[in-house]
Amino acid sequence: MNSNLLEVVNLGIQQGKFALDGITLRVPTGSYGVLMGRTGCGKTSILEVIAGLRRAHSGEVLLGGRDVTFLPPAHRDVGYVPQDGALFPTMTVAEQLGFALLVRRAPRNEIERRVQELAEWLEITPLLDRRPQGLSGGEAQRVALGRALSFRPRFLLMDEPLSSLDEATHGHLVRLLQEIREKRDVTVLHVTHSSREAGDLADVMLRLEDGRLVEGGR
Amino acid sequence: MSDARLPPPADMSDRAFLAGMAILGGSYVVLIIALLTANMFHTSFKDLKLAFQSEQIQYAIKLSVISCTVTTILALWVAVPLGYLLARTRFPGREVVDTILDIPIVLPPLVIGLSLLILFTTIPGKAFERVTNQHMGELLTYFVLPLVTAALIAFGCTRSTLGRFAGTLFGAPVVALILHVSVGEALAETLQDRLHTRITYAIPSVILAQFAVATAFAVRTMTVTFQQISPRTEQVALTLGCSRSQAFWWVTLPQARRGMLTAATLAWARSLGEFGPILIFSGATRMKTEVLSTSVFLELSIGNLNAAIAVSILMIAVAVAVLVLMRVFGLRGASII
Repeated sequence: MNSNLLEVVNLGIQQGKFALDGITLRVPTGSYGVLMGRTGCGKTSILEVIAGLRRAHSGEVLLGGRDVTFLPPAHRDVGYVPQDGALFPTMTVAEQLGFALLVRRAPRNEIERRVQELAEWLEITPLLDRRPQGLSGGEAQRVALGRALSFRPRFLLMDEPLSSLDEATHGHLVRLLQEIREKRDVTVLHVTHSSREAGDLADVMLRLEDGRLVEGGR
Repeated sequence: MSDARLPPPADMSDRAFLAGMAILGGSYVVLIIALLTANMFHTSFKDLKLAFQSEQIQYAIKLSVISCTVTTILALWVAVPLGYLLARTRFPGREVVDTILDIPIVLPPLVIGLSLLILFTTIPGKAFERVTNQHMGELLTYFVLPLVTAALIAFGCTRSTLGRFAGTLFGAPVVALILHVSVGEALAETLQDRLHTRITYAIPSVILAQFAVATAFAVRTMTVTFQQISPRTEQVALTLGCSRSQAFWWVTLPQARRGMLTAATLAWARSLGEFGPILIFSGATRMKTEVLSTSVFLELSIGNLNAAIAVSILMIAVAVAVLVLMRVFGLRGASII
């Protein structure tokens, strides 16, 4: 198996007037990669292509040496935390955390066990019966993170997960992300425009400027 | 949701502005109230009672309730997938389809009725009518009933295994199979005996005429509903292991429940008030294709004003009751969702 768990090779994205071309990046297995760039430069688009939510104009996406460029999102083993969390409005926190396992038809006791495990780690056990409308920003982001990790993906994509959080909540979430980084059992690509976040978390720092990666790899 | 209200008026010019807006808009409210009041005071309780004891009007009430309900279910059956496709996908000819869907809304109702009548004089139309006349019982038992049953289960039990199965391509066929091995044959026979009929100038034509117009409103409502639901939740569901259909059933459709209630309300209310297409396509035959809207016309045409007003009042009362019920249900649903 290729040690570079995530590779994006010569990626080209085009939508209307927006275009990216020749993007190549690598994040080694178990590493915490941070992709930086100013707002609107294409960071989210790259993330969406890797997650399978957007079609690339050209190039390849390789996960663990496997070409997933044309595979649907469900077959890529990627957890995804979008910028706004995108929690399911009609489900409780417990249902959100167990959703991926429910889709995979896991036994009920396994789902309950995993939900409890995640809730304790994220410190959201008192929130399990709540719906998203009753959560604060920080709580919602923790639920989104737990939901993305619930099925133990090999790769985690996060789009500005710490934006618009207050200082205390920001610090708490950074600690959780650092725990993920220390465990090394999932490879992360974290998109942000904050160099402070990159400094706190990154093993691999990547910057997108004017449609080109100006730093990259290790 | 943010509070869109402004602070109280600060001075006379603010008050004059708001008063002017109230007078302009309020004139329409006053007109509606005046119409309702005029109806109420033009009749007496005795006349109302007499009218509702009429066998023909009782038949019209029954047929109206049944046809409006069936039309609403069929309208939703079409509006949900069509609204989803229009909101979520870009396909060749999408703008053309979008425009075509507005035609029943802008077309004069009499023209719709006439068009339906002409359609069933064509070869395909006649062939279709032959099939429904000779196989109505089987059509209802093994096609319509299973589809409606599967849809109700799928919608009502979105997250249960039964609900998920009912929503698949196998849901309706399994219901049909269950009917076939149980009461299907007897039910088909009974339905055929009772309902075997042509389409034009018969009960199915009432439903078809209502459906032709009401569905357009339901589609518009569902399109807006799905446009307002963030596609991001569906995208996340895909990354969590869902197929497109699973993401729709488990994540998107539950969010669309209030929109579906609104679409159902509109379709039901529109069906109740439909007159022109029914008059042309179904006729206004007493005790056969007479619904409440055509009852008003028939009573007026024989000079029975009191009965016409009585039926009008009933239609107003039913429409208001439906609107109130749906608003109450919708508001209660908001606290759950």
